[in-house]
Amino acid sequence: MASITLDNLGKIYAGGTRAVGDVNIDIADGEFIVLVGPSGCGKSTLLRMVAGLESISEGEVRIGDRVVNEVEPADRDIAMVFQNYALYPHMSVRQNLAYGLKNRRTPKAEIDRRVNQAAEILQIGKFLDRKPKALSGGQRQRVAMGRAIVREPAAFLFDEPLSNLDAKLRVAMRLEIKELQKRLRTTSLYVTHDQLEAMTLADRLVVLNGGRVEQIGTPLEVYRRPASAFVAGFIGSPAMNLIDAGAVPFLPGSAHAGQVGIRPEDMDVTPEGPIHMQVTAVEELGAQRLVHGHTAGERMTITLPSDAALSDSLRLTPRPGALHLFDRETGMRMD
Amino acid sequence: MIENRPGLNLLAHLTLIFGVCVVALPVWVAFVASTHGATDFMSGTIPMWPGPHLVENYSQMLGAGVSTSGTPPVATMMMNSLIMALCIAIGKIAISILSAFAIVYFRFPFRGLAFWCIFITLMLPVEVRIVPTFQVVADLGLLNSYAGLSIPLIASATATFLFRQVFLTIPDELTEAARIDGAGPMKFFRDILLPLSRTNIAALFVILFIYGWNQYLWPLLVTTSSDYYTIVAGIKRMSDAVDGLPQWHLVMATAMLAMIPPVAVVIGMQRLFVKGLVETEK
Repeated sequence: MASITLDNLGKIYAGGTRAVGDVNIDIADGEFIVLVGPSGCGKSTLLRMVAGLESISEGEVRIGDRVVNEVEPADRDIAMVFQNYALYPHMSVRQNLAYGLKNRRTPKAEIDRRVNQAAEILQIGKFLDRKPKALSGGQRQRVAMGRAIVREPAAFLFDEPLSNLDAKLRVAMRLEIKELQKRLRTTSLYVTHDQLEAMTLADRLVVLNGGRVEQIGTPLEVYRRPASAFVAGFIGSPAMNLIDAGAVPFLPGSAHAGQVGIRPEDMDVTPEGPIHMQVTAVEELGAQRLVHGHTAGERMTITLPSDAALSDSLRLTPRPGALHLFDRETGMRMD
Repeated sequence: MIENRPGLNLLAHLTLIFGVCVVALPVWVAFVASTHGATDFMSGTIPMWPGPHLVENYSQMLGAGVSTSGTPPVATMMMNSLIMALCIAIGKIAISILSAFAIVYFRFPFRGLAFWCIFITLMLPVEVRIVPTFQVVADLGLLNSYAGLSIPLIASATATFLFRQVFLTIPDELTEAARIDGAGPMKFFRDILLPLSRTNIAALFVILFIYGWNQYLWPLLVTTSSDYYTIVAGIKRMSDAVDGLPQWHLVMATAMLAMIPPVAVVIGMQRLFVKGLVETEK
């Protein structure tokens, strides 16, 4: 167990391309941090720099009080779970779990104890003598997590561990990872491109874009007060409506802003609402429906209860305090 | 091959059977010849069915050999061939898997140069460099030794590239997982790479064993003592009868015996061999 500090961390590749820059994150002991961003935003690079699989061009990584920039991955006291599981195909599940401990010359009895304990936590006891090939995707994922658990490391690093699973299993495993982390209280750094996964898992979110940190905060902070137009559009599903301020001059504050953001659920249908929306399509989700359309040439989506009345054109009123204003040049939040 | 027409099936089988017959006929003739007496093959008509001298011919070749041609008993030559073929096959695999490991997993100075040096050896088989190689082996005093028979043939660019391709298919995450699991380079090689290349090693072993067993020109050059004659070169020496006719029945018996080890290796390792050639998933 340990805190992790990323201090002005940066990565510049041999050709001079900057993949990551100026990253400052303080991760408390036992905290679950999720790095989220679109593909190519540098989140995996960042994780691999913490793991020691990628060299560090600028700044420092500290695990506990120790600067680990030049420390081999095996000596950083971390464990990593990979997207494609990276299980050793020729070893049984038991050997897979024990391999890292064996290399560290852990006594045999201790290895057995830890392997059995991990197998019990993850309910993979039945498969211990099988080869990874004979397991399903979800079971392989559990084994990959087991390999991290048996090490009893200072931190878990997850690199999109659920991406290869089908949607239903992904939701189930997501919850399991969360419960497991709460139980073990091990500091965790988790990379994903799926904002829903990020929201549900994180104690705190780190939203990355173009190799830079856009915002750090709890899921609700980030959702309620996105620091930039990028975060506003990235976090939340369906995505926030970002409308050019010029198209809606009647909304308060829009005179100074570049873009106005309104969440789809933050609008009510009212007879005299200022926003006039032409409906083009409706998606039924069961509990609610997504209504797509446009207003003054801008695309717009709102969520309505599934029993709400529909017509080709709707008049909408934004709820009080639901407007997010973003600067014209920088895209940053204005208030 | 999805359609199921009996006529087509029959035709396919007939074609295949015909092909098998064409390939098998010379082997059959050799076998028949090895079971006849000394003069039967000189009589003008070649017998097509086995004769009565099978046990006699084979036991003479295995035990005593043909004194007139100066070759040792077949058993000795087969042992020489076996040692040479094993040394070549195992040596080639050991050297090429290690060099492929170096090329794929390490960044060292002149890595590109090393790669191209290995590549260039493809253009220099023994036949091309035979005179200088003979000179080197002679200067090192390796004539008439197993080392002289096998070492000059051990370097193999083909096998190195094969292993390079195998290693390139092993996902990077596996290497990284092993690094995080605290496996150093040699441990990674032993615990992960070797077991994962097992079937490829087997496939390569089959090919290289036969390559080594069938070596002809090189053993002919570097062995002058009959203690080190290999069987393939020995057959040639036997059929070179200076005065008188070659003893075809004994030559053929030797040829039949010489076929046994390669055939045994192919049959014994067939399953691994095919797996090694077709398996792509790691």
